[in-house]
Amino acid sequence: MNAKSDSAKRICLTTGLTICRQAEFFVKANAVLAVVFLLIGGIAAILLALTRWQTVHLLPVDWFYRIITLHGINMLLFWILFFEVAILYFVVTTLLNVRLASRAIAWVSLSMMLTGAVMVDVTILVGKADVMLSSYLPLLAHPAFYLGIILVAVGTLIGVINFFATLYKAKKEKTYEGSVPLVVFGATAAAIIAVVTLLHGAVVMVPTFLHSVGLIAQPDPQWYRLIWWGLGHMSQQVNVCAMVAVWYFLATVTTGAKPLNEAVCRSAFVLYILFINLASAHHLLVDPGVGAGWKIWNTSYAMYLAVLASMMHGFTVPASVEVAMRHKGYIRGLFGWLTGAPWRNPGFSAFFLSLIIFGFLGGITGVTLGTQQINIIAHNTLRIPGHFHVTVVGGTTLAFMGLTYYLVPLLWQREYIFKPLARLQPYLFGIGIVTLSVGMSFAGSMGVARRSWDIEAAGSIYGPTAHLFLGLVGIGGILAFLALFLYVGLTVGTLLFGRRIVGRAMEDWGTPKVLSTSAGHDHPAPIQAGAGVVATVHPTQGTMVLAIVFLISFAVYYFANWKALADVWPVR
Amino acid sequence: MNEPDRKHPIQKLMDNPWLLLVLGVAIPSLSYTLWGWLELIFLKTAQLP
Repeated sequence: MNAKSDSAKRICLTTGLTICRQAEFFVKANAVLAVVFLLIGGIAAILLALTRWQTVHLLPVDWFYRIITLHGINMLLFWILFFEVAILYFVVTTLLNVRLASRAIAWVSLSMMLTGAVMVDVTILVGKADVMLSSYLPLLAHPAFYLGIILVAVGTLIGVINFFATLYKAKKEKTYEGSVPLVVFGATAAAIIAVVTLLHGAVVMVPTFLHSVGLIAQPDPQWYRLIWWGLGHMSQQVNVCAMVAVWYFLATVTTGAKPLNEAVCRSAFVLYILFINLASAHHLLVDPGVGAGWKIWNTSYAMYLAVLASMMHGFTVPASVEVAMRHKGYIRGLFGWLTGAPWRNPGFSAFFLSLIIFGFLGGITGVTLGTQQINIIAHNTLRIPGHFHVTVVGGTTLAFMGLTYYLVPLLWQREYIFKPLARLQPYLFGIGIVTLSVGMSFAGSMGVARRSWDIEAAGSIYGPTAHLFLGLVGIGGILAFLALFLYVGLTVGTLLFGRRIVGRAMEDWGTPKVLSTSAGHDHPAPIQAGAGVVATVHPTQGTMVLAIVFLISFAVYYFANWKALADVWPVR
Repeated sequence: MNEPDRKHPIQKLMDNPWLLLVLGVAIPSLSYTLWGWLELIFLKTAQLP
């Protein structure tokens, strides 16, 4: 797949991109460690799903809270942060054709992150940190737990600083002209959000660590929640940003799509940078210490600018695929471009399923549950994990999985093993996680609490329908775990046994062939938009229909929730 | 008359990661963190009825 250019760089014969050998090691190391933590979190996930499935009820109570801590920390912090550092290094060095700013800093970052992550996982598994992901005070874990998280946060921050230094180096060495490519811009947005996130992590974890070793008094629990969610929720916004950047990348490599309008796409990323972090306030919507003005401004008015950004990406990404497919001749009807898309390519199927699951399920539920009034009927129920499993897992994790099917052949120069299974994997994972999330959401609608070991402890109060949906959680969990296991097995198997492809391009996963080269009415054509002004029209009517279906679904779900609120809180 | 090389201010903003970094840190720190922190600091102790 690759040809040698010089000792510091090589050219990928598949993509034509320049790979910095110095960065390559750190991309690989961070990505491999990310997958290891994903596997740990995944094993924890199946144990939890089989415990929340009340009929199975697998784990005893102490191990339930231990494993839920392990699951949350590994999935929401370690898997995501390690993979994001890999993405940042890969994107900036490859797309800007520059060497990593500092190998030493990359080593420091990796060592701190790994040491911290191991400390945290060991502390949890020996039973010294049964405090769950949010570790709300006055729950107190062993100091090694907090120290480990501090090491991971600071290590990640150092990795992000290395990314910015590389960006600066590229500018100084003039390795690119004009603006950075859109994917690099998206990664930069993710890095900026990461800085805010990790600063909050340091502010909250340092005093909590000092308290755990007995040096200072206990920080105020309400203050702790305010600052902790600056880490806990903002870290998920880094995911969103990185995921969108991955969507643009995969849309390009799988269908040849190009951004419809660079200015619009970049503006959406700027809205993320400015406003998406305010969503942390969702977690404090029922907290009495902060006022209604703070809650409504942060979760509604300002935050909706970030929602607007998501809808802009949610339109421009599939629209760019539609335009690319229509260029290739897939012009039949509204959705000929979609049915003709490369659905057997796991890079495409993972990306497009991620887009649909994130947008239709994650986005709609997120905005609805984040409304102050509606939140009162959903807070601390299973509806909340039902929402974030379709954003973080069905959205981000699935997109990152799709990226892996290109990154592994590109970096390790090996062909994937058992390709038919790899083609199946995104579908199995998508179906599993949607099933799990639907089960959680409906059980939560019936009042089933999140983070609860036994809903029968006070007698049978939930009825058979809630149990049916908890069964769905278990079944969805099994399917998603099998798909995750398949992903890890295929990836590790490829690293060990995949066919070497040094010196040639990777086999095509399947990209759409050009059906027609003639310019039909569906092809972009220059039009006279005014006196002397020429604009280009792009046929995106299929995406427009999808957008209308999305908006109708949004309205129906939103008002159904207001109706549900009115039912539990009648005004007479 | 528009000069051909003149960048739109929004484009200038988008091409300046350092300014974006400052704004990206400042806005959530003020709107979420500082405002929320101040609300907690000035929270009055509840009175028993």
